Amino acid sequence: MLAFVLRRAVQAVLVMIVVALIAFTLFRFVGDPINQMVGIETSAQEREALRQQLGLNDSVVVQFAHFIWGAAHFDFGASYQFKQPVVDLIAERFPATMELSLVSALLSLLLGIPMGVYTALHRTSWLSRFFLTVSLVGISLPTFLIGILLIFVFAVTLGWLPSFGRGDVVDLGFWTTGLLTKSGLRAIILPAVTLGLFQMALIMRLVRSEMIEVLRTDYIKFARARGLPDRIVYFGHALKNTLVPVMTIAGLQFGSIIAFAIITETVFQWPGMGLLFLKAVQNADIPIMSAYLLLVAAIYVAINLVVDLLYVVVDPRIRIDARAA
Amino acid sequence: MDMPPVETTEDTDQSQRLATFLDSDVVYSFRQSKVTVLAAIVMLAIVLGAVLAPWVAPHDPYDLKSLNLLDAHTPPAWASDGDVRFLLGTDDQGRDVFSTILYGSRLSLAVGMLSVALAAALGIALGLIAGYVGGSLDALIMRAADVQLTFPAILIALLIDGTARALFGQYRDESTTIWVLVLSIGLSFWVQYARTVRGLTFVERNKDYVLAARLIGIRPGLILMRHILPNVVGPVLVIITINLALAIILEATLSFLGVGLSPTEPSLGTMIRIGNNYLFSGERWIAIFPGITLAALVLSVNLIGDWLRDALNPKLR
Amino acid sequence: MSEPILSVRHLCVEIPGRHGTLVAVNDVSFDVARGEVLGVVGESGAGKSLTGSAIIGLLEPPGRIAGGEIRLAGKRIDHLPPEAMRRIRGKRIGMVFQDPLTSLNPLYRISEQLIETIAVHTNCRGAEARRRAIALLTEVGLPAAEARIDHYPHQFSGGMRQRVVVALALAADPELVIADEPTTALDVSVQAQIIALLKRLCRERGMAIMLITHDMGVIAEAANRMAVMYAGRIVEIGSARDVIGKPLHPYSVGLMGSIPKLDSDLDRLVQISGSMPRLTSIPPGCPFHPRCPRVFAPCSNKRPELTACGQSQVACWLYETSPSSAEAAQ
Repeated sequence: MLAFVLRRAVQAVLVMIVVALIAFTLFRFVGDPINQMVGIETSAQEREALRQQLGLNDSVVVQFAHFIWGAAHFDFGASYQFKQPVVDLIAERFPATMELSLVSALLSLLLGIPMGVYTALHRTSWLSRFFLTVSLVGISLPTFLIGILLIFVFAVTLGWLPSFGRGDVVDLGFWTTGLLTKSGLRAIILPAVTLGLFQMALIMRLVRSEMIEVLRTDYIKFARARGLPDRIVYFGHALKNTLVPVMTIAGLQFGSIIAFAIITETVFQWPGMGLLFLKAVQNADIPIMSAYLLLVAAIYVAINLVVDLLYVVVDPRIRIDARAA
Repeated sequence: MDMPPVETTEDTDQSQRLATFLDSDVVYSFRQSKVTVLAAIVMLAIVLGAVLAPWVAPHDPYDLKSLNLLDAHTPPAWASDGDVRFLLGTDDQGRDVFSTILYGSRLSLAVGMLSVALAAALGIALGLIAGYVGGSLDALIMRAADVQLTFPAILIALLIDGTARALFGQYRDESTTIWVLVLSIGLSFWVQYARTVRGLTFVERNKDYVLAARLIGIRPGLILMRHILPNVVGPVLVIITINLALAIILEATLSFLGVGLSPTEPSLGTMIRIGNNYLFSGERWIAIFPGITLAALVLSVNLIGDWLRDALNPKLR
Repeated sequence: MSEPILSVRHLCVEIPGRHGTLVAVNDVSFDVARGEVLGVVGESGAGKSLTGSAIIGLLEPPGRIAGGEIRLAGKRIDHLPPEAMRRIRGKRIGMVFQDPLTSLNPLYRISEQLIETIAVHTNCRGAEARRRAIALLTEVGLPAAEARIDHYPHQFSGGMRQRVVVALALAADPELVIADEPTTALDVSVQAQIIALLKRLCRERGMAIMLITHDMGVIAEAANRMAVMYAGRIVEIGSARDVIGKPLHPYSVGLMGSIPKLDSDLDRLVQISGSMPRLTSIPPGCPFHPRCPRVFAPCSNKRPELTACGQSQVACWLYETSPSSAEAAQ
């Protein structure tokens, strides 16, 4: 088991190094940092001096080391567009994206799992068919379309919920939260549903198909043959065996949620990292792009590692080595 | 006396095979499911409309000279101040929404197919090499695949697009935009092909007929093309069908975000982006009709895919 | 003589499908006396497992009981409501399946699976239930039961796992246990142990066992009486010694003849030509007649019923002696 954990950790480090290389390459070689930072009137000598000062004439390896060093201290230079330190820009918007992502993930689990269980147990009821239709819509429609649809129905037509922004936020020092104000709570509903609908549908279908598979196994048949009541068979045995693979996939999907937040934040003008990244792409703002890439990669790698460890904890077959009788 | 026409064995074979196919479980479940049949019709209609756009559309929305700003913001033909010439209304540039939907679908499908072709070509090539050569080359390619798989396609596509912008500058013409888009989407999707093909190549490579070919001295390239590649086509086709829907969605999303096809030659995604600005002011048709078209296309493709998966999976019956 | 613990009369199991309804168990009748081991033998697809599933009420839809009666200690159980049937399962009828690895939930400890079964059927809880669980494991011959009861299924070997499965089936003291191929997935050396275990339990608990298998050696070792099934019907039923030593039905003769014997000097084994018909194409009359070496006139049009012949019963026109069937044979 230790070997397993070590192997995954090594893989994680490998991915981070590769991503760091890509981020560095982007940062240094795509587009000229100097041209972005100075005006047209600056003389060639001044540019050269600047290059020297910024260490742009050092060897690639040295520059890469500087880059890693800077990254470890959260220093990614300044944004081309905003002329502010990248780390400040990202930190300011980090809570907004995280809150949105977490609320969406929670929503998708709280709705997706029960719906999945229900549709597995009552395969022909009309409610099941309704759920399956909703799930099909959820995984088919592109996120932005769902967002626009929701805005159209709930903001434009019914006027119940706001269609943009985060509402009033409470500043907690290192974090700003919109969950403590009424307007903040109202503002997060539509974006969270938009972002979470795909995940909810995915989880629902996954739970359903896993549970149907599990219900066909011999151990469920044997449990029934022992006269165990339905309640124990379904929610004691079947559910536990269903949720183990589902939990790990759901965990991995959280990374996907953070990425798709880019779209949701655009639709709802939600002031998060995703919107910042998109504007960076539109304006070729390399420092922001490269920093975002590294940050997101770090989050993904961390999630993957946690999920792998979770599997070890939950499945006794991996955790305990089989011993002969 | 009349002699009945003589049926050749080939005819009997063919008609027998057709009869067997039509009686198979798969076709049976297709005919039973009204929803799937409906989905197939819808998908066919949209695809046909897209393909035949130049002949079917009443206007050419990409011809900037034919546009008249005075026509802009016309509501659909059935509204009180609508115009029969513009069945579904016009957008803010005076483009006929119906025609733009047809031409836009065409563009979306074209970009989708081109990017899938790129992804498939790249993925198959890398997969064949990795599976056949093995060793460190295989490890390299697969590690690259692993790294890329950590990230969702949209992130990769955005990254490539942003990089292209930085490298080539902001002011590009239409064809460059399309190629950059195809490149971004294509490069996001090669991994699945590579992995599948690598696995299959690995299996085939160790089979006796390949060993025999190598012993005779046939060049590896030839072995790959003539022996291994045909065995790989089946599973790859399955991936392509799923991939096409994803590619179309990705293109629509990128266009909606403003980094895809531009407003001068809009695809469905771009139109929705434009229409999004007018949702509150009442000119809803600019976003709604392209939205419905995109939704219908993607929903029907997924419905058919769903049905296909259930029909081919004996366990879920 | 006390009444049989299980009494099956004219049981029919059907499976409706797209191409028509398949009859998998066709008019099957037999008894199982208290404390006896009845072996049910036959090729794959003969309908043995479905008969067992029907008795315990675990037929998988769309399969269903289409006719006949199943009586447990005199009371009908074939069309009981689901909750009533559930109470019978485990408490009065137990079942053991073929593969012990897939029969046990890999995520639960043995103790948890045992205790929950005990708790469902008795008022036993907590520490008392745990004591009972350990006693059960000891009874089925699991060494160091107290130490190993908290282990997971994958930590046991195949034979030990099957013992655990037997313990689980016995947890609520059933009067009848249906064992569906209990030794097929095990090593030969372990098979003998499990058979000995089942025999001992049968003796000590006065429990009846319906032993379903295609392995004749197992039947010879363990069964008091045996039934031979073919294409959904019982073709011969009698004491194990009679059926094995002096088989009557041509199919039984073929089966026994195809077993290699240590004391004979044959060059080739007896083989029954052809194969058992698929459910979709069961021949009219006696289902065995296309393969029967002793086929004659009535075999292809009228289906023979079980009739007494000595101590056994046979479904074969060769042994029909009653006047009405003799007329039909003309």
